[in-house]
Amino acid sequence: MNHAYEISHLLAGVMLVTSFALLYQQRVAAVLNTFAAQSIALALAVAWAAWSQDRPDLFITALIALTLKGIVIPVALHRTVARLGIHREVEKVVGVGVALMVGLALTGLAQALLFKVTHGTASHAREELALALSIILMGFLMMIVRRNAVTQIVGFMSMENGLILAATGARGMPLVVEVSVAFSVLIALFVFAVFVFRIRERFDTIDIEALDRMRGDRR
Amino acid sequence: MTGDLVVQFLAQGAQMFMVLLIAPLAVGVVRRVKARLMRRQGAPLLQGYRDLAKLLRKESVVAENASWLFRSAPSLIFALTWVAAALVPSFASGLMFNWAADVVALVALLGAARALLALAGMDVGTSFGGIGSSREMMIATLAEPAMMLIVLTLAIAAGTTRLAGVADFFIAEPLAVRVSLALSLVALIIVALAENARIPVDNPVTHLELTMVHEAMILEYSGRHLALIEAASYLKLVLYLSLLICLFAPFGMAPANAGVGGWAIGLLAWSAKLLAGAALLGVWEVSIAKMRVFRLPDFVGIAFVFGFLAILLAFLTRGALE
Amino acid sequence: MIHAYQVVVVAPYVAALVLLVIPGYRLGAITNVVASALTFAAGLWLVVSERVVSDYAIVDEFNIVFIAINTLVGFTTALFSASYIGHEIETGRLTPTLLRFYHAMFQAMMGSMNLALIANNIGLMWVGLELATLITVVMVGLYRTPQAIEAAWKYFILASVGISLAFFGTILIYLAGQPALGEGVPAMTWNLLQAAASRMDPAILDLAFIFLLIGYGTKVGLAPLHAWLPDAHAEGPTPISAVLSGLLLNVALYALLRFKMVVAGQPAALDPGPIMIVMGLVSLIFAAFMLYQRRDIKRLFAYSSIEHMGLMVFAFGMGGPLANFAGLLHMTMHSLTKSGIFFAVGHIAQAKGSQRIADIKGLSVTHPRLAVAFALAVFAISGLPPFGVFTSEFLILTTTFAREPWLALLPAFGLLIGFGALLMRLQDTIFGEPVGPAHRVDASSVPLVLHLLLVLTAGIYLPPVLVAWFQRAAELLG
Repeated sequence: MNHAYEISHLLAGVMLVTSFALLYQQRVAAVLNTFAAQSIALALAVAWAAWSQDRPDLFITALIALTLKGIVIPVALHRTVARLGIHREVEKVVGVGVALMVGLALTGLAQALLFKVTHGTASHAREELALALSIILMGFLMMIVRRNAVTQIVGFMSMENGLILAATGARGMPLVVEVSVAFSVLIALFVFAVFVFRIRERFDTIDIEALDRMRGDRR
Repeated sequence: MTGDLVVQFLAQGAQMFMVLLIAPLAVGVVRRVKARLMRRQGAPLLQGYRDLAKLLRKESVVAENASWLFRSAPSLIFALTWVAAALVPSFASGLMFNWAADVVALVALLGAARALLALAGMDVGTSFGGIGSSREMMIATLAEPAMMLIVLTLAIAAGTTRLAGVADFFIAEPLAVRVSLALSLVALIIVALAENARIPVDNPVTHLELTMVHEAMILEYSGRHLALIEAASYLKLVLYLSLLICLFAPFGMAPANAGVGGWAIGLLAWSAKLLAGAALLGVWEVSIAKMRVFRLPDFVGIAFVFGFLAILLAFLTRGALE
Repeated sequence: MIHAYQVVVVAPYVAALVLLVIPGYRLGAITNVVASALTFAAGLWLVVSERVVSDYAIVDEFNIVFIAINTLVGFTTALFSASYIGHEIETGRLTPTLLRFYHAMFQAMMGSMNLALIANNIGLMWVGLELATLITVVMVGLYRTPQAIEAAWKYFILASVGISLAFFGTILIYLAGQPALGEGVPAMTWNLLQAAASRMDPAILDLAFIFLLIGYGTKVGLAPLHAWLPDAHAEGPTPISAVLSGLLLNVALYALLRFKMVVAGQPAALDPGPIMIVMGLVSLIFAAFMLYQRRDIKRLFAYSSIEHMGLMVFAFGMGGPLANFAGLLHMTMHSLTKSGIFFAVGHIAQAKGSQRIADIKGLSVTHPRLAVAFALAVFAISGLPPFGVFTSEFLILTTTFAREPWLALLPAFGLLIGFGALLMRLQDTIFGEPVGPAHRVDASSVPLVLHLLLVLTAGIYLPPVLVAWFQRAAELLG
């Protein structure tokens, strides 16, 4: 039982807990804060991996996670929410209880999947991967069960957090991937920014429900 | 060897009376801390003892249509809770009846006490009692499974469901940063808050009909019945505090064969930790608002979620260690 | 020395940067065509030059087919777009600024697709494909109508799920390759992964392939992950619909096939074939039935794309030299025909000012030549002889029939269903009393005619050189 493993496991666990917290929150502001907390935990996890595996390139990834996802994006979204006067309550498709239960089931699924399948690999990598997959699936779940555009953005980025965690967990995966992850986040943000802006422009709301009234075939 | 047995027996008996003795004080500390933080003078620390003494002297008024259940419930609840509280290792881990201090037994004892209380709440047939009982059961349906999950997590980690064994395990393995244990700690705290009718689940100082849970159930009780029920709720607080201490902060606890000196140190450490825990609870209660009743399942649900996660991770970790 | 494969990737990106600063949209359109022509030339050069395997780039018999189609259709679409897009400014659907952005994004998208095709690294390929996808998301929302935004949003949500799952699968492939190839870049390199497949853990490969199939399958448009595809096709600019159907789906399919090659190298891992057969058939038959209810002409052909992608996945799932050959041929024919159809649809939409099938009646009266071209294109896509799609569909069905006679019934059934729907809709649009306005069509018909000629030629006579080339590619697929 070494420290490197204990700490990375702890940080990954914290991230998973924040994933559940994201589903639990009732207010958009609280969702954004929870997401920031998750990103900071991710930054710490990546930085710890960089230090313990002696891979300085990972510090860049950690730095990107910290500044961009831990600070810049949450602040920007806070301001967007405030400026646009969006509903501050999270709009839900299913209740908190159901969402949490499904989340638990997904977590169990992720663990079972990786536990059964990857018996050959190093156990630490496997555990990290199992946690990361849980976080990815939870982000996915959040995109499905939360209606508002901002919360869907958060769900997407939480999914990205899980991906970065998975990539860090796989020992020695080349820098190209980390850069690509950061890059895709940037592009995703750009896309999202455009959308939040445009959706507001068109509908005076960023509740995705409003979009459903204009299904293509029923024009 | 007989002398040794007597000492052992006395130690176990001391623990049993210790919890009963310290319980009103612990509650007094919580109330005092709260009062002070609200810039009130607050009742003296020993007010709990005085309340109990006063209630014991008073006449018990029993509703006309109350059954035997209503009358016998307080004594039973008190007895069950007392036994449960006395089983949790407090100052020493290797006491005489430590084999009985099984977490599963503990959950069962508390569950029985809770069921009795809920039944007694409905017995007289007033609307408040019914509301209180139904709310209590709503919380219990989530809190009890969560408690069982926590228990199982600890059992997986320590390899036993005996509390003394778990405590020994945690003393022996210092500072193990385990996600599953951290999760079960949080879950246990939530369960403890819910079980003790503390903020944000319930507010022990008000009788607001919209939100009260515990107080609604015991609204019909008076005199010595009420004294017993109050004493049981004090004991429950001590029980959960000792449980948290024993599982997650067991330092200072005397090992199996410590002798009187070791026990004295253990006793001091335990009392200090218990009162510190009570003070923390006071701070917590002042700094947070009571939740809406409809939000309660979500809140107690967290304990369940965390317990479940903890056990999942515990399995995973064990797999990784093999 | 500069190699052709570098030009194929770098030229579009450079063009994209240049296009960002070119103010006038006419000049932008011309630059767009020139850049695409240059890329196409580089693509042709690549076909005849030596095959390459370096650390980050790979050009073999297999992906050169994709690159050739990609650069060719990219070029013709740029041609079509140049004559088409001016109309959008006149009708006020686009502003010059948006158009500048459109041209730059078009080149960036072409570059990203070529990057995905040429990359010899599973991470790099992922980046290329995702970049291309995200750019198309923006393009789909270009008109900024509520429908366009809804389509783009849906596309984005589903695509991002695809992105994530595919990336997770990529990580798993790396984990599988790591013990055999060591840490770092080698465990992400196509040719090394393929060579070392037999030494990888089959269980991890299984899991990885499932993730990759769902992830990239979303992009291929396989049912039930297809929900984004009709909306994205219907709401974006028509040239983008042509590129989406004709090229982006292919690139996603390419990724899937590459991973199939790796997984197939480990006999103990699960056989990708049956899974692909089932998914392909489900998409094919589902889309064929969906064709009947369409009221929007672009949506109609989007479902037809799902149908044909399903057929290709089915063919590649069957495997073996002949089915693979047929699958590759079908992919080529479908790309050419479907982008041609979208060119025709662009013309029709300009002529009628609407995409609704109900508004497009009587085309043969108002625009006879367009009606004939459109009818020919629809004949081609529904698999009538003598067009090339017939050849490839025929090959797929006969090779399936030779091996699994009963299995061949299902794709044949799906194709017949789809055929009926397409002809029914064709009748609706071409015949009957003309309704609504009848504008003059400005867009050039050269790309449409060119595509139709190519498909017709391929249906009548396949040059032996081409056959030999496709056969080599099919052999690589295993």
